[in-house]
Amino acid sequence: MTARENILARVREGLAAHPADDLRRARIEERMRARRRGTTPARARGDREALRALFTEMAREAGATVESVSAGEVPQRIAAFLRARNLGPEIRTGNDPFLKGLAWQQAPELAVSRGVADADAATGVSAAAAAAAETGTLVFTSGADNPTTVNFLPETHIAVIPASRIKATYEDAWDLVRRAHPPATLPRTVNFVTGPSRTADIEQTLLMGAHGPRRLHILVVADG
Amino acid sequence: MRPSSTNFRANARAAIANRHLQQVLDQTRTGFVSRRAAAVGRLPEFDRLRDEAKAIKDHTLAHLDLYLEHYEARVHDSGGTVHWAETPQEACAIVVAIAREKGARTITKGKSMVSEEIDLNRHLEDAGLRVVETDLGEYIIQLRGEPPSHIIAPAVHLSKSDVEALFRDRHPDLDPGRALDEPAALVAEARTQLRRDFLTADIGITGANLLIAETGSSVIVTNEGNGDLTQTLPPVHIVITAIEKLVPTFEDAATILRILARSATGQELSVYTTFSTGPRRPGDPDGPEEYHVVLLDNGRSGLLGSEFQDVLRCIRCGACMNHCPVYQVVGGHAYGWVYPGPIGAALDPALIGLREARHLPNASSFCGRCEEVCPMRIPLPKLMRHWREREFEAGIAPRTQRFGVRLWAWFARRPVWYRTAAELAARTLRFLARRRGRLRRLPLAGGWTRHRDLPAPEGRTFQALWRERHKTLRR
Amino acid sequence: MHGFDASRRHLASEPVNDRPQVGLFVTCLADLFRPSVAFASIKLLEDAGCEVHVPAAQTCCGQPAYNSGDRSSALALASQVVEAFEVFDHVVAPSASCAAMISRHYEALFDDGGWIRRARALAARTHELVAFLTDVLEVPGPASRFAETVTYHDSCSALRELEIREQPRRLLAGVAGLRLEELRESDACCGFGGTFCVKYPDISGEMVKKKVADITATGATTVLSGDLGCLLNIAGRLKREKSHIRARHIAEVLAGTGTPAIGEPAQDE
Repeated sequence: MTARENILARVREGLAAHPADDLRRARIEERMRARRRGTTPARARGDREALRALFTEMAREAGATVESVSAGEVPQRIAAFLRARNLGPEIRTGNDPFLKGLAWQQAPELAVSRGVADADAATGVSAAAAAAAETGTLVFTSGADNPTTVNFLPETHIAVIPASRIKATYEDAWDLVRRAHPPATLPRTVNFVTGPSRTADIEQTLLMGAHGPRRLHILVVADG
Repeated sequence: MRPSSTNFRANARAAIANRHLQQVLDQTRTGFVSRRAAAVGRLPEFDRLRDEAKAIKDHTLAHLDLYLEHYEARVHDSGGTVHWAETPQEACAIVVAIAREKGARTITKGKSMVSEEIDLNRHLEDAGLRVVETDLGEYIIQLRGEPPSHIIAPAVHLSKSDVEALFRDRHPDLDPGRALDEPAALVAEARTQLRRDFLTADIGITGANLLIAETGSSVIVTNEGNGDLTQTLPPVHIVITAIEKLVPTFEDAATILRILARSATGQELSVYTTFSTGPRRPGDPDGPEEYHVVLLDNGRSGLLGSEFQDVLRCIRCGACMNHCPVYQVVGGHAYGWVYPGPIGAALDPALIGLREARHLPNASSFCGRCEEVCPMRIPLPKLMRHWREREFEAGIAPRTQRFGVRLWAWFARRPVWYRTAAELAARTLRFLARRRGRLRRLPLAGGWTRHRDLPAPEGRTFQALWRERHKTLRR
Repeated sequence: MHGFDASRRHLASEPVNDRPQVGLFVTCLADLFRPSVAFASIKLLEDAGCEVHVPAAQTCCGQPAYNSGDRSSALALASQVVEAFEVFDHVVAPSASCAAMISRHYEALFDDGGWIRRARALAARTHELVAFLTDVLEVPGPASRFAETVTYHDSCSALRELEIREQPRRLLAGVAGLRLEELRESDACCGFGGTFCVKYPDISGEMVKKKVADITATGATTVLSGDLGCLLNIAGRLKREKSHIRARHIAEVLAGTGTPAIGEPAQDE
């Protein structure tokens, strides 16, 4: 008997369960299909405006900076952000179509390179697939559009999110991700990101920039 | 990790005498407690979420065999591999075999209590591999050669000067002139040092806070981002986890995630919550090419259907130990194994044996704070009492203790004998205390009088006085 | 097995009347160490209109055996308590720990359906003293006087098993001259824990030191609680530290009895 068989046998024994119990199997499969939600926080309710305001407040509380911009302003706002902090104009980004479609020529000082981030990349720019207002959380999905390393390796992470993608809850955000991907083919990685990297491992002192980005700047882009 | 739980008494004494540790414990306890309280206060739905989370886990455990099968199938569908391990040795052997097959030399690791449980690092190092812990707290204690003292804040027992001394000693490229007296500088130093390892590692090993059966995903929760760099950069990602981590759907995971960080650190949500499903997809520019999940049993299946099943609901938040007055006095190392505090007292006997862990369920005053704060409503004091029952039946409890309890019960069941003995005791103790009203020393009561005086009884028992009064009334 | 019905108030030669018939659960600690707590409890109950009885066949609620893992001894003692007390309208104990043992843990000790029913019935009628006075009898404040600054330690059983927190404070608010200073971390365990304090004395010692430090910081001259286990522990440590702070059971203050505080020498000895 393999380890697998032994373990499952012991589990069934403890549960007094029969492996060939079709009714049980049908029930759990139905439960997984139904994907029923639990209680969601009352604070995450309201119209688009309210959710956007909640998202902004919670993201700021988690240590991110947030500004609302129009699509046309994005490259300039990025350039201004980097200038104001004396950071270099080099940015790394992926093939995200929304980002590609922006007016980069409006910020000629930015040096945009595409592909995965390496150890030298100082600033990564990516588009979030969704956001959950309840805790100011951004959702990123892996892939060529927004390589995961762009979100994690650079010291500064600039996240762009169209306002219509800001949902109330984690479940709503997840649904958005699922709709963008055919059934049973999730991206390799889905990252829920709430603020910049932090640690309190040394004397409980809270510090940013442990291994992930030290800075997270969010551009909420007006759309619809 | 090799248990030293049988040394609990000596460990506890040493911890109490360690002024440095006592200072640190004093500083940390109020932080964890107040931050959790604040987070809970902000979320009116918190208690309802606890009930829902308990129901989710109870349901999953009641059908664990089917959910495990479903989960495994989904992992395979997404291009990953599931390995099953009954024992720590089997689990380590699986990981070592993968490492050997890949010709790996360096391994980066995210925090994983299961990997501590199976002593994974030691086995990998014995096989000639270099293992680098990337969670800052774990990295620090790895350099010190110590086990973690807390399940989410492994280096909580150290001060910043401890860490400075450590880095100066163990980082060869560190400029001696560089100031490292502030935590920010220490973190920056660790970041620089570990970045190299992140980028050159051959294998990344993480744990899993949760496994989602519906999609075959593993979920990790970090604040530092080390888990993500560990599982994104190397060509191979191994998840080392245990069978009770399953939940059916993402929605179930979301319910639990809402109470996990709030219970652990008082954050609304951990900075990085990552859902991983299989290896990189065709067209992905980054991500591992291989994804392995090692599913460990190590005694958990034996708890199903037993009076200890509730302990399998644990989501490793650490709230119980943060609020435990005993943990606050002795710290995590005193418990002698991977899981300290109340969850350790409830779980360790099942994993390392009752004889080895016998002190842990006993070193509790049953104050109940742990159960009060447990997000998964695990009845921790009740579980500890069940272990005490097992010890009593198996004769593991110290003989003097069993005798004392039996003797007390013998008298208590015979009220006439009891009254006589109690009256004698009351008068004797009163006499011994004479004018002072208390006793500094008393034969057979060394445990009490070591740190306290024993207040003298009033000199007569209530029962004796009551009967005298009634005799007088009736006359 | 006794069959009993509504006319179960046959108490030897006692007359049947309209007053609530209360069986006082003395507790082993009050019986041995501090009968004045039991007398104070009786006074409070009688002043509130109860008729109080003290069954002779009571010794211990069985908690020491229960928490040591000796289920059979705990079961035997539980049977003894059920038999002795089920005849009363209410069972009242000046101890949340004992009251909780009876009301929350007895039922699970039994296998037999009949005993389970009896234990459950008894549980529903068992109360801690202060909670009984405020929640069941709804007495107005006591008419006693205690002109000191006091602080109150909530026992873990009171707080977490019986959810008693506000009731003692409500009654203390009515005591003339009494000023209450809240204890920092009043919900922290004092380190008694029954046999825990003698099984792990060093850990217990550290816990009671912290408790005494918190008590001292309030500036109170007397610390009160509703559980004698906690009080003996705390008083013992106060004395060891040569503190002038006194420890009493809340029943004594509410009843206005003048006994020397716990661990104090008697006035005339």
